[in-house]
Amino acid sequence: MTSLEDKFEESKRLGLQIVKESEEDRLMTLSIGPQHPGSGHFRFTIKVDGDYIVYCDPDPGYVHRGEEKMSEYRNFIQNIPHLERPVIHDSTNITYAYSLAVEELVGIEVPRRGQYIRAIASELNRQVYTLYWLAIYGIFLGHSTMFMWPTGDRELFIDLLEALTGARVTHAFNIPGGVRNDTPDGFKDRCIRQVRYFEKRLKEYEDIFYNNPLFRQRTEQVGVLTKEDAIKLGVAGSVLRASGIPYDIRKAEPYDIYNEIDFKVQYMKTGDSFARSYVPFLDMKESCHIIEQLLDKMPQSGEVRAKLQPNPKGPPGEAYRRVESGRGALGYHIISDGTPKPYRVKISVGSFRNMLALPFLLVGQKLADMPSVYWSLNYWPVEADR
Amino acid sequence: MKKELVSPTTFNVFVSKLSDVLVKALDAPLGYAINWGRIWSLWPVHLETACCSVEFGAASGPRYDVERFGIIEAFGSLRQCDLIVVQGTVTRKMAPRLRMVYDQMPEPKYVIAMGACAITGGLYIDSYNVLPGVDSIVPVDVYVPGCPPRPETLIQGTMLLQEKIKRSKIK
Amino acid sequence: MSSNNNKEEPKKPAAAPPAKPSTTKTTAPAKPATPAAAKPPAPAAPKPAAAAPPPKKEPEPPAFEKGLVDEIKKKFGDSIKTVFIRPLRIKIQVEPRDITEVATFLRDSMGFDHAESVTGTDYPKDGQIEVTYHLGSYSRDDLGAQVLSLTTRTNRDDARLPTLINVYKSVEYHERETFEMLGVYFDGHPRNERFLLPEDWADIPPLRKDFRIKGR
Repeated sequence: MTSLEDKFEESKRLGLQIVKESEEDRLMTLSIGPQHPGSGHFRFTIKVDGDYIVYCDPDPGYVHRGEEKMSEYRNFIQNIPHLERPVIHDSTNITYAYSLAVEELVGIEVPRRGQYIRAIASELNRQVYTLYWLAIYGIFLGHSTMFMWPTGDRELFIDLLEALTGARVTHAFNIPGGVRNDTPDGFKDRCIRQVRYFEKRLKEYEDIFYNNPLFRQRTEQVGVLTKEDAIKLGVAGSVLRASGIPYDIRKAEPYDIYNEIDFKVQYMKTGDSFARSYVPFLDMKESCHIIEQLLDKMPQSGEVRAKLQPNPKGPPGEAYRRVESGRGALGYHIISDGTPKPYRVKISVGSFRNMLALPFLLVGQKLADMPSVYWSLNYWPVEADR
Repeated sequence: MKKELVSPTTFNVFVSKLSDVLVKALDAPLGYAINWGRIWSLWPVHLETACCSVEFGAASGPRYDVERFGIIEAFGSLRQCDLIVVQGTVTRKMAPRLRMVYDQMPEPKYVIAMGACAITGGLYIDSYNVLPGVDSIVPVDVYVPGCPPRPETLIQGTMLLQEKIKRSKIK
Repeated sequence: MSSNNNKEEPKKPAAAPPAKPSTTKTTAPAKPATPAAAKPPAPAAPKPAAAAPPPKKEPEPPAFEKGLVDEIKKKFGDSIKTVFIRPLRIKIQVEPRDITEVATFLRDSMGFDHAESVTGTDYPKDGQIEVTYHLGSYSRDDLGAQVLSLTTRTNRDDARLPTLINVYKSVEYHERETFEMLGVYFDGHPRNERFLLPEDWADIPPLRKDFRIKGR
C-alpha cells in the first residue's frame, strides 16, 4: 500500500508533471450581483469548495442614496416622500414609524379614527409587500406560477390602497398627526370583499406552493438558524419568528390601537428556509383577521388627523419609535435640536440586521441552496442601503 | 470600355455606386423585416438599480403583461439581451457596473431610462451619492417619467421605443 | 434680609453718587432701595417657577425602568450617567473605557441580548461624536418593549472607541457603517473598511456636520 504522499514522491522521481493541489486551488470565487436574475442591487462574493460554500462576504451599498443626510436638510413634513422610497412597496409602514417618532417629539395626539385608518393602510401594505416578496421567491426557485399569482393578487390590494391614498405604491399617507385623508365611500365593503377573496386564495397558495414536494425538498432543513444564533445575530421579523421566538413589535410594544386588536404572533420552531418562507405566509393570514377586526371596530366618523402648525417643531430631544414592518422591526431614531428640521435621523431597518445572517447561513450550504437561503431572509437591498 | 470602367482609379467609385444601388434595392424591404423582428422580441436585462424595479415587476405580472407587446420578461443572461431598462436611481457605486453591463451586451442595444431618478436624479438630486441622470453613463433612447412610473407609462415607453426602432436604419 | 439691606445701603450711596452725578437725588437712593428689597424675592420667585416646569415635563420616572437603572447603578455607581428615563426608553451615558464592561453586564445579568442599531451623531459645537447602541431583549418577555440606549462620546478629531463586537455580535455591520459614515474607528473591530459608500469615495465621512451636500 502506497500512500498518496509516496505516489507524489514517485511521480517527481520519474519526472512526471503531477502537481499536488494546494488548498487555494480548490476554492473558486464567485461574484453574485449586482446583476443577477433574482433581486438586483446587491452583491455578495462567495467562495466555493466543489459544491459547498466556504466563504461569503456581502457587499451592499448599490442603492445607498444618503437618506439620513438628506433628512437633515428638510423639515419634518418634507421628509416623508423621500423616506418612503427605500421600501416603495411597504411605504405606509416605513412612514408609520417616522410619524410616531415625530409625534412624540412635537407632541401631537392622533385622533382615534386616524389611528384606525393608519393601521388598516399598514396591514394592507403588509400584504402588498409580502406578496411581492413571495413573487420574487417564486422566480428564485424557478416557480413561474408563484410569480404570476401573487403579482396578480397584489394588484387587487394596490387598487384598494389607490382608492384610499391616490397612488399605486408611493402613498405618503401616514403623516405626523394622522393620515392624509379619510376613506372613500364604500371602502369598508370593498375591503371586506377583497379580504374574503384573498383568504380563499391563500389556501390555493398553500396547495400549489408550500405543499409542493419540490419546494419542500429545496427548503426544508436548509440553512437552519437556531434560536440561540438568531438572538446572537439580532435578526428581526419573520427570520426571528421562524427560529422559535414569538417576538412581534405589534404585540411586544403595541403602538396606536394594536393593543385593542386580538391576534396571535405567528412563529415556527424549525428555523430552516421553509419556516422562514412560511412565517410571512402565516402573517398574511393573520393580517386578514386584523383588517377585518379593524374595519369592525373603526369609529364611523370623526377627525382623521390632528391640526398641525405649518412648520412643526418640538423641544430639543430625541425619540426612538418602532413598528413591525414586513421585514421586521423598523425603528426611527430622531434627534431634534428645537428647529423644524431634524438634527439627525437614523433608520434602523430589519433588512440591514438580517443581512448579518446571510454569511452565517450560507457557509456550509451547497451552492444550489443559495437562492432559497438568500431570499428567505426577507431582505430588501434598497432598504438596507437607505 | 470594360477596363476603363473598373480601373484601379475608379474602383472605389464603382463599389460605392454599387452599394448605393444595393441599399436602395435591399434596405427598405430587408430593413423592414429585420426591424420587425427586433421590435417584437426585445429582451430586457435583469438589472435593477433601485426601487422602480417593483413597478417593472408589476408590469411583467398578469395584469399589465408587457409580453403581449413583445417585451419579454427580464432575463439573466446579458449576451442574449438587447434592451436595458434603467430602473431608477443610479448611485455612484452602481454607475460603473451599469456601464459594464451595457458594454457586454451585443449590438444593437437600446436603453430606457425609467423614473425621475434615472432621468435627472429626481427626488435625490441633492444626495451625495446619486448621479443626476444616466445620460453620462449610457446613451438613452426613451425617457419614461414618473416616481415611480405606473406600469402603463412603462408600456407606453416601450411602445415609443418600438416606434423608434421601426423608423431607424439598420446598420 | 433686613441686615442685608442695612449693609448694602451704606455702601450704595457711596457708590451711586459718582455714577449718577447730575440726575435727581431723590430717585437715586430710591432705586437701589427698591431693587434691594425686590431682588431677594425676585430670584426666589422665578426659581420655584423655573424648577416647577421640569417635573411637569418629566413626570415621575416609571417604576420598572427606574428599577433597571438602579440595578445598573448598583453595580457601576457614578460612572453611569442617566440621561433620561421614560416609559419603555432608557438612555444612559458611560465613558468609553467602561463601555465594554457595562455592555457585558447588560448582556449577562440584565438580559439585553442584542443590539438593534447603532446611531452616530456629530456634535461639532462640543467637539464630540456621540455613539448610541440601542439594546433590546428577545429572551426576557418583560423587556420586550424596552429599548436601552447605551451612549458614549468620543473626541471628534481623533474618534476612537472600543468595539462591542465581542459582546454583541449583532453590531458588526452597524459599527462598520458608523465607521464609514462618521469616521469613528472601532478598536478591535476586524473590518473597519468601506461598506455602503463607493470604493473610490475620497471625501470626509458624509454624516459629519461639516460635510455639506450639493446645493444646500
